[in-house]
Amino acid sequence: MILDHDVLVMGAGLAGMRAALEAARHGASVGIVSKVHPIRSHSNAAQGGINAAIGEGDSWQTHAFDTIKGSDYLADQDAVEVMCSEAPSDIIELEHMGVIFFRDDAGKLGTRAFGGASKARTYFVGDITGQALLNTLYDQILKAGVKVYEEWFTTSLYVVDGACRGMTAIDMLTGELHLLRAKALIVAAGGCGRVYEPSTNALICTGDGIALAYRAGAPLMDMEMVQYHPTTLKGSGFLMTEAARGEGAYLLNSEGDRFMKKYAPNMMELASRDVVSRSESVEIAEGRGTDGCVFLDVRHLGRDAIMHKLPQIHEIALDFIGIDMVTQPVPVRPGMHYIMGGIKTDVNGASPLPGLYAAGECACVSVHGGNRLGANSLLDTLVFGRRSGAHAADWTRAAAAASGPAQARETADEAFLTAEQQRVQALLDRPYTGQTHARLRLELGTMMDEKVGVYRDEAGLASALEKLHELRRLYESVSVGDKGRLFNQALTFALELGYLIDCAETIVHSALTRKESRGAQSRTDFPARNDTEWLKHVVVSRNGAAPKPTIGFSPVTITQWAPQERKY
Amino acid sequence: MEWTIRVGRYNPEAQNMAGDVGPPYPPPYEAAPTKVYQTFTVDLPEHAVVLDALIDIREYQDETLVVRCACRSAICGSCAMWINGHANLACKSKLKDFTKDGVTTVESPPSMPVIRDLVCDMNPFWEKMRKVSPWLENKQPVPQGEEYRVPNASMENLIQEVACIACGACLMDCESFAINPDFTGPAALARAYRYADDPRDARSKERLEEYSGPDGIWDCTHCFECVQRCPKGVAPLDQILKLRHMAVDAGFTNNPGTRHADAFAESVRGSGRLNELTLLPKSLGLFNIAAQLKTLPSAFNMLRAGKLPPIIHHKIPGLERIKNIFKRVGGRFQ
Repeated sequence: MILDHDVLVMGAGLAGMRAALEAARHGASVGIVSKVHPIRSHSNAAQGGINAAIGEGDSWQTHAFDTIKGSDYLADQDAVEVMCSEAPSDIIELEHMGVIFFRDDAGKLGTRAFGGASKARTYFVGDITGQALLNTLYDQILKAGVKVYEEWFTTSLYVVDGACRGMTAIDMLTGELHLLRAKALIVAAGGCGRVYEPSTNALICTGDGIALAYRAGAPLMDMEMVQYHPTTLKGSGFLMTEAARGEGAYLLNSEGDRFMKKYAPNMMELASRDVVSRSESVEIAEGRGTDGCVFLDVRHLGRDAIMHKLPQIHEIALDFIGIDMVTQPVPVRPGMHYIMGGIKTDVNGASPLPGLYAAGECACVSVHGGNRLGANSLLDTLVFGRRSGAHAADWTRAAAAASGPAQARETADEAFLTAEQQRVQALLDRPYTGQTHARLRLELGTMMDEKVGVYRDEAGLASALEKLHELRRLYESVSVGDKGRLFNQALTFALELGYLIDCAETIVHSALTRKESRGAQSRTDFPARNDTEWLKHVVVSRNGAAPKPTIGFSPVTITQWAPQERKY
Repeated sequence: MEWTIRVGRYNPEAQNMAGDVGPPYPPPYEAAPTKVYQTFTVDLPEHAVVLDALIDIREYQDETLVVRCACRSAICGSCAMWINGHANLACKSKLKDFTKDGVTTVESPPSMPVIRDLVCDMNPFWEKMRKVSPWLENKQPVPQGEEYRVPNASMENLIQEVACIACGACLMDCESFAINPDFTGPAALARAYRYADDPRDARSKERLEEYSGPDGIWDCTHCFECVQRCPKGVAPLDQILKLRHMAVDAGFTNNPGTRHADAFAESVRGSGRLNELTLLPKSLGLFNIAAQLKTLPSAFNMLRAGKLPPIIHHKIPGLERIKNIFKRVGGRFQ
């Protein structure tokens, strides 16, 4: 089947739904394609809140400075200015949409403190902020009547004459592969957390959007910048929100010391995430950890505050490792959480590939640079979701129709769909080889966590690359253990593994390229930040069928904040 | 530790399943398309949850097993299913708590259409959510450039429902839904409450009228299944009861639900006990002869079985004390 829209959105998390809503408001016919129901999207996992400088004594410039400092000066300052100056109106709009933000005594929006921020400017709904926002936006999507293709799995982007014209996707409920045509496509498909094992990310965070845009020819930027969150639960790697530290939680080593006083005497536990994660790793490496973990301690906050402001993590600790945070500290470790890098875009979400936009975690504007501040990611999804939706809708009106006679066009579209159907069918028909997606996925994730984690060096990265070549070779022989059509997850998992390997390769190539330590990239062989040579973005693009991408650079835009030494 | 999992398998296209699926994945379906139970053994730690077992099976024993899941931490709402005969989140149900006679039985809930294995058609659930117009209709004027000023308590009052992850467990085990597929259902009504009691909503009154209609708030039978099933403490029944209070206070009393509650209260206040003979006519409406006539066959059956309530209704001794209770409680029946 061939379906048509003006604007297609891949992904139905906060960025995708915000983009779709805005494109619809601008008069475009919009379709959202998501491999899960919108409510299942990973945005729901954001616990702590969303940043904006609204309160008295705060300014968007201060918010911007904190963000830029947090990014280790790798963020593009023009983009940060856009995000921080537009944040207040976006938060107010969310409030008008119905989000039940916490209020102060005067009935105005109230805040909590968060890492790396010089002012308390994080707006929140308990510790379920992401979920509250996601539900509200979904309700708005229903109100606006936007078409959602639920449980449609994207297999490729459709590029014609150097412009993105849509995608192919499998309707999971029938197993049919369809072509969805559009004049513009907004990739808002989230991050690639599952490249790592463990990760705080949901199992669905497999970098589909990043990999497909890369395959379609769009450049990726800052891919080496992988954020390790300082507090992920021992074992499963579930997220224990930064709001815990925002509310006053301590980090303790095995000797019961608040070790952050050594590394960040002013901000202590609320230094930026890269700093805290590195400090924990050092404590653990030097033998002051317990089973590879340090402890998150909220006991002094008291039962009331814990149950009231942090109920979800209290429940998670109790459910998954049987620890009651009211009476016991909980073991945590740095764990893969977020990727700052992604599809390179301008402040309107437009990628260099005409017709292709990106917003949210899969995009790189870049507002997070080397390290994202907590509660800036929800903001990123909304501001750049909105901007990309508006811009894409306007662009579709100006965009020329695909060239050539309509009949020839139609034939070419059908040929593309048929070719894609054959490609997927070939994967499905591959005979049993003993190679399964699950085994390779686990191998990939564990290897990446070990070699491309908090600390990196040339030798480790080189061996990671070698391992990736082997995994790619093995991937070519993965067989799909389910030959059915209805809801064939074995097929989509095999396709996802391909996306994961693409993402992993771009991460490792980028990390090898950047020969310095900045933000989340800590090279033990190049321990210092080097502004003379490396105050620039690493940009990777696909180089035909060659395994090694083309590596280029893009300057960092500096507007009013000259790079300084970073201390917390 | 070794765990035994019994999985309800169903695949409508089982006849198409032939093919070289390889030694680790024996085709589980011999004939199409009936539900069969297949037993697996998995080796997992003591604190493992049902979802860990299902993922382990799917990854290492049988790639044809399908199950929806994403977050693994009870936030995304994907993995609600029947575990030992009740709706639960697989990611939140520990194997050790759900092993009964050495086995944990997992299947798609029979109350929902099954698509394949543990994946059911959730559309009935989403349609109900859509039906309650779950979005804010802004009270005018919308404050320009700033937020609505409302007390924090009025926001916190809604957070219990906002915690809903739309997993559908409440609807899967809802007794009213089981006999009336059109019942709006616990999650959707809880969502309805969330908007009806939002001080920023302009449509509260219209909503209450709408929800008081057929298949709405009065069709809940207080079985408490939704309260027990909800993995996030939303307690949908509590939200439904709040809606009923709001609807009655707003004057939407001309419906069988309110009349039923009123007849109950009047009878108890007047005689200290329930007059079952008048309860039904009063609930249906005293002048609604057509509806009353429809109940006659049941009445005859009850008469034959000796279950008809006594014709003469007696007051209990000490009725004054009952009346005092009504006075103390306050409300419409003092």
